[in-house]
Amino acid sequence: MSNVFGYIAVMALVTYLIRMVPLVLLKKEITNTWVKSFLYYVPYVTLAVMTFPAILEATDSPASGAAALAAAVILAYRGKSLIQVAAAACAVVFVLELFLVR
Amino acid sequence: MSDRKKEYRAGILDGVPIGLGYLAVSFTFGIMAADAGLTVLQATILSLTNLTSAGQFAGLGVIQAGASFAEMALTELIINLRYCLMSCSLSQKLARNMPFFHRFFMAYGVTDEIFGVSVCREGILSPWYSYGLISAAVPGWTFGTLLGAVSGSILPQRLLSALGVALYGMFLAVILPPARKNKILMGIILVSMGASLLFSMLPVVSGISSGFKIIILTVLIAGGAAFLFPVKEETENE
Repeated sequence: MSNVFGYIAVMALVTYLIRMVPLVLLKKEITNTWVKSFLYYVPYVTLAVMTFPAILEATDSPASGAAALAAAVILAYRGKSLIQVAAAACAVVFVLELFLVR
Repeated sequence: MSDRKKEYRAGILDGVPIGLGYLAVSFTFGIMAADAGLTVLQATILSLTNLTSAGQFAGLGVIQAGASFAEMALTELIINLRYCLMSCSLSQKLARNMPFFHRFFMAYGVTDEIFGVSVCREGILSPWYSYGLISAAVPGWTFGTLLGAVSGSILPQRLLSALGVALYGMFLAVILPPARKNKILMGIILVSMGASLLFSMLPVVSGISSGFKIIILTVLIAGGAAFLFPVKEETENE
């Protein structure tokens, strides 16, 4: 465990390079329609994949996770702000688990 | 108020929920890092320099196993490769005449959440907006780790469980509003979630790490969607 800082340095360096290299190399506007479309769709796919089904496993009971998902979907669909949606999802879990989890 | 200040303030405001969500997740990370034998200082520096959830959790495992630096580098590369796609996407939203050095600083803040919020901002992305997001998000991530490492399980489990969904709520708030007016986007989101569910249930593929799963599904689904539904200029700048 003596070289923990060594590990940390390796992690930080690799992670930074992955983020930095494309930003620095891609100076021109991409004109290829497929590449542009691909990059446009990337965040939607990535965030959707990360959210589901992980949200069901993020809490102490899958039912409260599912309820949080439903609440967040409804509020987000109505265009509520990031913090409103996030807070509502948390509140739903907290209240439900008062009954669900002992 | 100058444009810079305006952008920076807007970034901080939008970054607050990110920071709060981070606080909850990094608190858990701090507890786990302490369990893994890291000191409070090590855990805090790890969070400040890496600023990534999945990569850090996986990194803890590598440290505990006492694996080689090369193995660590490979693990982080695979898990965090999605940031490469995000940076490509982000590069297209920057003003042509933006001073080049900003790119080096903005790169530090390419996380799932900061990226998601930045890329969905209308029009050109100002580096000052990104710095605002980073200013609000990084303290949450770093301070949460510190608290977790120091205090262990001082927060009631009930509260931690509830805070666990904060990030997912934010993700949904980022991707759903644009999908309301765009049926193709909605379809892509549903397909992505369905595929993600399948991936977590099917034998063989369910053993794939979450970082790798994200990469595979993103390339397949976004790639297929770009082929089937190429984006026209107008929708891009909506």
